[in-house]
Amino acid sequence: MLSTLHARKGGQLLIGLAMGFAFGFLLQKAGVTTYDVIINQLLFRDFTVLKVMLTAMVTGMIGFHALKGLGLAQPKVKPGGFGSTLVGALIFGVGFGTLGYCPGTVVGAVGQGALDALFGGLIGALLGAGLFAALFPRLKTGILSKGFFGEATFPELLKVNPWVLVIPVSLAVIGLLCWLEASGL
Amino acid sequence: MRVVACLMALAMLWGATGPALAKGYPPPMADGQTVEWVPPALSGGNPFTMPRWSPYVVGVGIGVLCCLAFLLSDKTMGCSTAFARSAGMLERLFRGKAVEAKPYYQQFKPVVDWEWMLVAGLLLGAAASALLSDTFHFHWVPPLWAARVGADPVVRWVVAFFGGICMGFGARWAGGCTSGHGISGTLQLAASGWLAVAGFFIGGIATAVAVFHIILA
Repeated sequence: MLSTLHARKGGQLLIGLAMGFAFGFLLQKAGVTTYDVIINQLLFRDFTVLKVMLTAMVTGMIGFHALKGLGLAQPKVKPGGFGSTLVGALIFGVGFGTLGYCPGTVVGAVGQGALDALFGGLIGALLGAGLFAALFPRLKTGILSKGFFGEATFPELLKVNPWVLVIPVSLAVIGLLCWLEASGL
Repeated sequence: MRVVACLMALAMLWGATGPALAKGYPPPMADGQTVEWVPPALSGGNPFTMPRWSPYVVGVGIGVLCCLAFLLSDKTMGCSTAFARSAGMLERLFRGKAVEAKPYYQQFKPVVDWEWMLVAGLLLGAAASALLSDTFHFHWVPPLWAARVGADPVVRWVVAFFGGICMGFGARWAGGCTSGHGISGTLQLAASGWLAVAGFFIGGIATAVAVFHIILA
């Protein structure tokens, strides 16, 4: 039944739109589509972004591994490497810290009327993505292939059942969130 | 066994976040006032018109969406490939079909796909939420920026444009962004996701600290 649903092209586009609508609604309600909230997170003055991301990660991690165990979800791990993932992430970070939005929240910020997000961030990000497409053939065999480790996951690397990591990671995150709340952050 | 572990973990999650939800969540507003967040079931108010929800309610919601993406669409939630595809579509507008032969656009074809629709929906969802809570307003300069740098929209535009280029470029270099790597990757316990999220925040924190504590000090 699920594979027939996955194969329905038009239906999938509608599901994507509906899920995006819910995603945008939630991000705006959390306040993370605003520059001030994101920058104050990077300056350790407001922990909303961390709270949203960690809660989403723990909920999703438990749900995904349960679905996977039941055969209802297929893993979709992005390949990674130090030259690609880490270097790219650091460049992204420079943009994140100056723009004050990320690719999802910049779109959400446009939705709430932020013109710096529309004419600065969104147009800049499209240009940045196009620039990367232009440089990709030259980078591909060079820095992007350095320290490549592929689609590795921590349970595979440590050769353990995923739950051996899911449960302690969830507990550690919950502990951290409780500590943040207890210290009034 | 797996189901029991799952239920236990869910119970623990609720145990940890439930009290935080019940005591209410006061989010600091941009202009310094605080709005008390009361769970909709207790306040009897309309949650859709509230300006802010608890980050834990939002986080659980996004986590559930990530699971639904796996279940209903065999996809992961992510935003930055839509930028690569849109860049390809825009390039095709100006330079014609030849653009499709670029190796990167062979890998990420300039077409409207599930993720592109996700980003389109994100725009509409954020707009709907902002309109319902009356927080929608056109503005060029965010309050924190205005207070520290000034109200000149040109300065903000130049920096935002530079930041946007770095962000779009870096996201494609890293193969994902705060949603694709930061949430969908980390939740699968992917090495790439955890490494990326570390890089995003190290780069972001260093930049924000450099801007606000060194350049503007």
